[in-house]
Amino acid sequence: MANFETTTQTEQHSEEHGFDTKAIWRTFWILLVITCIELVVGMFIAPHYHPYKLWFNILYIIFTAAKAFYIIAEFMHLRHEIKNMIMTIAVPALLFIWFIAAFLWDGNSYKHLRNNYDPHHKEQTTTPVKNAPAHGEHEELPKPGAVH
Amino acid sequence: MAQAVPANQKWWGGGRSPFNVEYGKLMMWYFLMSDAFTFGAFLISYGTVRFSSNGWPDPNHVFSSFPFAGSMHMPLVFVSLMTFILIASSVTMVLAVGAGHAMDKKGVMKYLFFTIIGGLMFLGCQAWEWTHLHHEGAWWGRNPFLNFDGTPSSTNFTNFFFTITGFHGFHVFSGVIINIVMLIMTWRGVFERRGHYLMIEKAGLYWHFVDLVWVFVFTCFYLF
Repeated sequence: MANFETTTQTEQHSEEHGFDTKAIWRTFWILLVITCIELVVGMFIAPHYHPYKLWFNILYIIFTAAKAFYIIAEFMHLRHEIKNMIMTIAVPALLFIWFIAAFLWDGNSYKHLRNNYDPHHKEQTTTPVKNAPAHGEHEELPKPGAVH
Repeated sequence: MAQAVPANQKWWGGGRSPFNVEYGKLMMWYFLMSDAFTFGAFLISYGTVRFSSNGWPDPNHVFSSFPFAGSMHMPLVFVSLMTFILIASSVTMVLAVGAGHAMDKKGVMKYLFFTIIGGLMFLGCQAWEWTHLHHEGAWWGRNPFLNFDGTPSSTNFTNFFFTITGFHGFHVFSGVIINIVMLIMTWRGVFERRGHYLMIEKAGLYWHFVDLVWVFVFTCFYLF
């Protein structure tokens, strides 16, 4: 117990000099700018190029990963911990790669199977509702000669 | 292969902690790890269902309202404001941790107070958004919106939306309660007597995690 107390004291002392308010504000501005870019892309650019939604989604994933990195590394201070500590967090998190890939793949496969073997379901979910104009239909089709 | 080891062999003799962090902080990290998998499971099940559907509503249409702006079409603006509030409250939380390192009781209280206000503002925004969607007829088991291409949409959309944002909102609520407890403990001088403000760091980790989850919820529901 006595050992533990001294450990906390020294840790605290060494971190006191490491606390950097400037880095915190820099992180804040980075996060804010990324969010603003996402907002502009999502609001003004992506709705006009719906056929390219997949590419916009990839862009959003990159932005999200960047924001997650800055929150974990700077706000949660993980970047400044020792390597073994970082690894006990980062290595289990790699499980997410399998988790996401496997389940999205499965969902996609189920969609195709169902559309193949359940024509009623396919008809139900691909026939537009009558008297309800699909919003976005007017901008969904790529304009001839539209620059993307 | 297996080496014979005396039963009472001590592998680590104490002294400096191997991870150079306090026990409680390490355990908070592991708790957040497990919580990340809970949220991950929620969001991935949402993704799976969305991948297995032929159509899905357009977030630019569903989330296009802003308080007091009437019928103005302002997609994503309100939810971006919520994101901004949460990021700003994360910054004040870090500043509270920093003030704790400097043993500055007044500073810790000031920044914790701002963080609590930020959390309450976020909860207020979410309450408004839920109320608004409810008035439009959306709730668990009810979905008034059509898919992007005008095909009928299932209730999967609203079920996942309310469950996941509700679960996240509950985390924000718990975070606000934890921060209020921290504020009271700071005010009563508990940490001053203890000689360190490490407890603020643990509360801070939880608060940042709530911000982190929101980043993913924002992308999955409002951008995709």
